[in-house]
Amino acid sequence: MEHRTGVWRRRRVLTGLAGAGFAAALAAPAIVRAAPSGKPVRVGGTLSLTGFLAQTAVIHKIAAEMMVEDINGRNGFLGRPVEFVLLDDQSKPDVARSLYEKLITVDKVDLIQGPYATAPILAAMGVAQRYGKVMIQSSMGIPKLQTYDMAFPATPFGPEPDKTYPNVLLDMMATMPTPPKTIVVLTSKFPSAQFMAQGMREQSEKRGVKVLLYLEYESGNRDFGAIAARVKEANADFLWVGSLGLESNQLLEALRKLDYTPKTHFHLYPAPGPLALSPDGDKALCSTFLEPDEPFMSRPGMKKYAAQYNERATKANLPYTTIDAQACGMISEWQILEAGVNGANSLDDKAIAAWLKKNQVDTIYGTVKFDGPFNHGTALQLVKQVQNKAWKVVWPKEFAAPGVKLIAS
Amino acid sequence: MPSATLLGQALISGVLAGGMYGLLALGLSLSWGLLRLVNLSHFALAFLAAYLTYELGTTYHVAPWWSAMMVVPAMFAIGLVQHWLFDKFRVNELASLLITFSFAVILEVAIQLYWTADYRRFETPYSTLSFKVGAFYIPVLELILCLVAGALAWGTWLWLRRTYVGKALRAAAEDADIAAAYGVDHKKLAYLLSGLGAAYAGISGTFIALIATLAPAQIWTWLGVVFAVVIIGRLGNPLGALFAGMLIGASESLAMAVFSPAWAPVVSFSVLIAILLWNPEWA
Repeated sequence: MEHRTGVWRRRRVLTGLAGAGFAAALAAPAIVRAAPSGKPVRVGGTLSLTGFLAQTAVIHKIAAEMMVEDINGRNGFLGRPVEFVLLDDQSKPDVARSLYEKLITVDKVDLIQGPYATAPILAAMGVAQRYGKVMIQSSMGIPKLQTYDMAFPATPFGPEPDKTYPNVLLDMMATMPTPPKTIVVLTSKFPSAQFMAQGMREQSEKRGVKVLLYLEYESGNRDFGAIAARVKEANADFLWVGSLGLESNQLLEALRKLDYTPKTHFHLYPAPGPLALSPDGDKALCSTFLEPDEPFMSRPGMKKYAAQYNERATKANLPYTTIDAQACGMISEWQILEAGVNGANSLDDKAIAAWLKKNQVDTIYGTVKFDGPFNHGTALQLVKQVQNKAWKVVWPKEFAAPGVKLIAS
Repeated sequence: MPSATLLGQALISGVLAGGMYGLLALGLSLSWGLLRLVNLSHFALAFLAAYLTYELGTTYHVAPWWSAMMVVPAMFAIGLVQHWLFDKFRVNELASLLITFSFAVILEVAIQLYWTADYRRFETPYSTLSFKVGAFYIPVLELILCLVAGALAWGTWLWLRRTYVGKALRAAAEDADIAAAYGVDHKKLAYLLSGLGAAYAGISGTFIALIATLAPAQIWTWLGVVFAVVIIGRLGNPLGALFAGMLIGASESLAMAVFSPAWAPVVSFSVLIAILLWNPEWA
């Protein structure tokens, strides 16, 4: 199924507002912004609209639709309207590969955008490389796998998040009144979570935090009872969970059934809303790149995007309608593509890639660069904590909202 | 070496988790064993019931046991309609696999269209309740699930063995023509059994809503293990399904406690292969 957004909606809006626009133009002749016109620039991409990744990919879809309208509300790409040709890769890398092949060779799209999640991204990257297309992606958690020269990350993981991010966490914990001396590392075998868990184990050992238990479980694990019993028995100072989606909630519930509350607990990629709202989620720590709070809300466009996202997510019947790092990843993707097209003043992939390599882009995540290994720039991964049922960035301190501090257990 | 407390707790957790395997296997086992229809849509029906329970509970604040009063009869009716289609198109064992798979996929898409692909969790005050017996904690909801599964399995076993309808169903499964010669109307009884199987999916769904995370793709996560349970417990044997479920659940849980949680998915099929090779009299 093909989802076309942007152009037709834009045309309907323009038709509806034609009279008002004409009057406004007469009243304000100094308006210089021209509506995009001419043949649309077709940007092709896939998202996992169905299948096991769909619950997160739907967030990316909403953000992409927002951005296409946003860009068309400015000048489009080089004065032409943007049309996003979105296909469903069904959460399957092989389907993503075939669809990117189709987008480039049959649909003949001008540009492409990356899919969601590491496995589909890797599949799409191979096709992009074969046809020399620039590909920007926002959700590949293992940067070293991004070996294609014209692939660019929209999310500031940095080139080695398995080393840098554990140290961000360990630095934070060192400031606690009683820094943890022991840790349990528990992770899903989902590749990007497992990759980070191994890094956490290594960095903890290097910094003298004793790893009491390292456990891996299959993605989609049904019963956390036995795992919870092992976590309880280890009774470490710090519980690090490489979780996805609601696995964190399931684990914490299983721990509560054993009358056990972890002293300090961190969750890698949980479902943000359910964990924040859960009675077990209080003081839970988690990775993030930004939250709808200061200083992030002062970034250009953030307030508008947060309001738009809330409205659309509510309309789409999503249970958690607050903008988060996932949605911002897709916003950042389009901001980078727009900057690349405008910077290169061209739709030529090589020209766009060359411009991106030499320049930095102001995104919703802050200023991102692509001058490091695997085209990654500086890591900007932060720590947030559930405080009064809401996520608050607590570390590094300069990213915490005024008055917000890490609460130690 | 894991402590006795850890092993005991893992065993309790596994046996109780196995109650869900047994409950899900119950309807599938009856349909496969007595109707010779491999009903893959059983899982989708269970999840549809779970989503309905979730919807009734979160939107209309209906207690799960009241939801079950509405959802289970609805599932029974769906089971009847489903069997009417099987009957009309003379679906055989192999074809049933493909047709019910298609039905499950359609239901999955329908669930996703209405409830979206996002995770859903039916939070209830009793979802994390447990009580202590010695050094061990017993989760209340899972215990109730096990008791319900036990009562249904035992009741169904008695029904199949002690009542005329049950005996007629078993006879028809053995040889439909001979059973018909003795006045057994197999077609009518098949409707009853199909409805019953779907109603069991409805009961499973009520518990799934209470103890598990709901996402449309989760329909398929139970498939492998429940199939193993049905085969280990013998087709058409309700008590066998329950005990096999508990055996698999306990084995998975002990593997998680002693070795690694990553070994759990291997356990169900290892047990299945071991039992098929061993071929004990009860299997």
